[in-house]
Amino acid sequence: MNAIEVKDLVKSYGSYQAVKGISFSVKEGEVYGLIGPNGAGKTTTLRVLSTLLEVTSGSIMVHGVDLREKPEDVRKIISYLPEDAGAYKHLKGREYLKFIAQFFAEGKEAEVLVARGLEIANLGERIDDKVETYSKGMARRLLVARALMIKPKLAILDELTSGLDVLNAQEIRKVVKSYAAQGTTMLLSSHNMLEVELLCDRIALIDDGKIVAEGTPEELKRKYSANNIEEVFVRAVKE
Amino acid sequence: MSNLSKIAKKEIKEMLTPSTLVPIIIIAIIFASLGDMMGGVEDELSEEQKIAVIMNDEGALGAIAYSVFDQGAEIVYNGTSVQEALDTLEDTDGTSLFIISSDFTENILSNQTGNITVYWMMKGAGIMDSVPSAAASSLLSNVDTTIAATLISYDMSDNASIILDPTSYTETTVFKGKEMDGISPTTIASVLSQQSLVMPLIVMMVIIYSGSIVISSMGTEKENKTLETLLTMPIRRTSIVFGKLLGAAVVGLIMAVIYMIGMSYYYSGLLGSSTVDLASYGMTLDLLDYTLIGISLFAALVSGLGLCMIMGIFAKNYKAAQTMTMPITFLAMIPMLATMLTDFDTLPLFAQVVLFAIPFSHPMIAMRALMFDDYTLVLSGIAYSLIFALVTMFIAVYLFRKDILLTGKVSRTDKKTGFPLIDMMLGMAKKRK
Ligand SMILES: Nc1ncnc2c1ncn2[C@@H]1O[C@H](COP(=O)(O)OP(=O)(O)OP(=O)(O)O)[C@@H](O)[C@H]1O
Ligand SMILES: [Mg+2]
Repeated sequence: MNAIEVKDLVKSYGSYQAVKGISFSVKEGEVYGLIGPNGAGKTTTLRVLSTLLEVTSGSIMVHGVDLREKPEDVRKIISYLPEDAGAYKHLKGREYLKFIAQFFAEGKEAEVLVARGLEIANLGERIDDKVETYSKGMARRLLVARALMIKPKLAILDELTSGLDVLNAQEIRKVVKSYAAQGTTMLLSSHNMLEVELLCDRIALIDDGKIVAEGTPEELKRKYSANNIEEVFVRAVKE
Repeated sequence: MSNLSKIAKKEIKEMLTPSTLVPIIIIAIIFASLGDMMGGVEDELSEEQKIAVIMNDEGALGAIAYSVFDQGAEIVYNGTSVQEALDTLEDTDGTSLFIISSDFTENILSNQTGNITVYWMMKGAGIMDSVPSAAASSLLSNVDTTIAATLISYDMSDNASIILDPTSYTETTVFKGKEMDGISPTTIASVLSQQSLVMPLIVMMVIIYSGSIVISSMGTEKENKTLETLLTMPIRRTSIVFGKLLGAAVVGLIMAVIYMIGMSYYYSGLLGSSTVDLASYGMTLDLLDYTLIGISLFAALVSGLGLCMIMGIFAKNYKAAQTMTMPITFLAMIPMLATMLTDFDTLPLFAQVVLFAIPFSHPMIAMRALMFDDYTLVLSGIAYSLIFALVTMFIAVYLFRKDILLTGKVSRTDKKTGFPLIDMMLGMAKKRK
């Protein structure tokens, strides 16, 4: 069974079609990346897959659950990290993780989740400061921790490492890889081509609401006779 | 253009949008018509008042009293039955019944005061209502002075105190079907208005306060980008909606309790000993009444919060949320002013409809209505506001499942009316087709 099965997905805002019929599937434990120019429809696709926006047409199956029929069942197995997410500012980092954890587990189990979250966030003493005092990157780490600590079956990560410095980004990528190895399927978007190449098992390049290229990084580079994914991006979009 | 005016221009543009202006304009119109209504109440006073007179005295002074009444007012009944007289006054919107006692002339001539029994027909206990008796009172003092003048010019009495004040009154106030002996409408009105001032004020405060909590909470969740995360977690939409409402309601009720404690101190200080015991006139609230008031308050609160939640769904950020509390504030102020100034019963039909339609009115009206056992009004008010609350909850939960919660608007290029709710309904209608 595939973790994600998207068929002919169309998403319109009013009369404007942001996603124009895309199909793709992601295997369990796979890291799948969406790349593409600004406004291509990556975030829209991810938001639809996270049950935030209604499907205009097409079908989506997440771990065998029909998303249009049973969005509440999909919510039980996914975790979504929005591109510009925030945390409750009046809470301390630790309190925020606890607040989230209690919706997924109780008692000891919840403590395990929080402990995992603390490890991913890796904020040291600052975890006991209020979120409003965090820098952009610190807040991002907290939110990545929030998304992954529950070990969802599917993590949907929009611009995973946006705002993170090189070292932090590298570390987060390691975390993502290790959680993927433990069985969490990753669907992510990124503007960092190096990151995509390092992290993703397969990539889809979206332009103007359509998938214009798909494959493993190697396949794509071969197809566009490019040295790296950045060149693939440029060539595919300019075509 | 100076930097100052550039900034000011941006602010004004942000705040002056149809969605902030229209509610205020609507409220202004409602207020204007409310003013008209009150004007209407006052106009009634200047008309010649209708009274009933029962003449039991056959003497000359009684006849003089009668003629004074006849000149100063329109006598709509002059038979002998008190009940018939009161019924006629009820039907003709009359103000008072004067009964001239059978020994009126005889008493005055034997140096005792002549007694007139007065029944005041009290219509409302609002600040603007209690006036009708003023005009009727002047009739009474006319009777007094005319009889005094007669006594002097015909040299009929040599008792100075009788000449100065030849008549005396026994007062009974008839209010909402209750006859209360020995008490004047003014006294009742003042006691009632002090009592029923507290409730509207508290209801208004609670609605405004917890309402703005709900709206701001939605605005903040959107501004801080926490809403999306919340919505993708395995939490039912109803739990999110009701959780937010419950939180706000609890805070609002805590506020109410604090206000009530403060108010009760204020009033016990204010009223002191001068209170008339309304209980002795049957104007009491029992446990059932208090329960009904509680239910009414609860229904109003839930309605208000539901309404705020719906508005909050359209609030894009905290600032927008702040402006959206304005209509709620006004909506809560209208019934407060109305119940303070007048009585529901004395308002013209149009105003009654408006007041009834605002769910916040009902707990404000309930207290006084229950004192006079007007269960129909209270129960129908509760039924209405519960239905209102259910409908708003339903709409709120429905909207929570829609794109509009996050996208803040229905369409990008579709024709729009500028009102998100109307746009949404148009959109739904289109989909049906
Ligand atoms: N709420 C909205 N209402 C109307 N149109 C929208 C809305 N959100 C996005 N769009 C439009 O949908 C298209 C796709 O946007 P989307 O956010 O999915 O792009 P993206 O690929 O994530 O871009 P970026 O790389 O800049 O994040 C854009 O044209 C955008 O203007
Ligand atoms: Mg995006």
